[in-house]
Amino acid sequence: MIYLTRKVEFSASHHYHNPELSASDNQRIFGKCNNPNGHGHNYTLEVTVKGSVDRQTGFVVDLKQLKEIMNREVVDALDHRYLNKEVPEFANQIPTTENIAIAVWKRLQDKLEVAKLHRVRIYETPDLWADFYGEE
Amino acid sequence: MKAYLTRRYMFSASHRLHCDGLSDAENQATYGKCNNPFGHGHNYFVEVTVSGQVDPATGMVCNLVDIDNFVRREILDRFDHANLNTLPEFREQVPTTEVLSVVIYDILKQSFHAGHLEKVRIEETMLNSFEYAGGAELRI
Repeated sequence: MIYLTRKVEFSASHHYHNPELSASDNQRIFGKCNNPNGHGHNYTLEVTVKGSVDRQTGFVVDLKQLKEIMNREVVDALDHRYLNKEVPEFANQIPTTENIAIAVWKRLQDKLEVAKLHRVRIYETPDLWADFYGEE
Repeated sequence: MKAYLTRRYMFSASHRLHCDGLSDAENQATYGKCNNPFGHGHNYFVEVTVSGQVDPATGMVCNLVDIDNFVRREILDRFDHANLNTLPEFREQVPTTEVLSVVIYDILKQSFHAGHLEKVRIEETMLNSFEYAGGAELRI
């Protein structure tokens, strides 16, 4: 089994707010991230797939295909977007790094043909990231 | 949905690798330049990984403020700009980064309860790093 990771960057804005909580609870839990006008990050997405090496091609996965799928399913939808307002997953869900990792997993899991999705990692900054390995 | 959250911190500290149970010559042979009696220092990067179910109300595994406050109070405030050999944890242990990884893991495991501790990873320099998951195998 070989694990292969492909990286891509996108930039997006978001804010954290739970409408079921009071304004003061939102402020207490989410702090600066609760600013209703939003703020942004340069996100880095790492997608790790696993599989055996094809004898003929020497590939686990065709990187060109993986890149196209990541661009089409994730980057085109998230890059330079306000996640809360423009990405359907976050209409009723807070766009934390954890939830973005889960949303990206769901966007990709049925799109990979040969290799199996192993891990989605989202860096919000170089000092903070979330990993999702599917439901466990 | 279970997710894993990792936060990266930095502190600078000095240390000397020296084992009292070995002779001077053995210490020199084992630790080389790291045995310099005056010590030397590193910028350590510490990555703390916690896991848990994502709370539907907050979208979080664990509130970053809680983990930041804990690490600042219990680790960075004690270890940053310190000589590791003078800390109680290293009175009877050589402050290698292997041991430092276990020490930091144990501090978190014992007193940080806002999330499930998965592992600690420490970079001593850009060229070497150490990971400890309480004895468990690491997950890629």
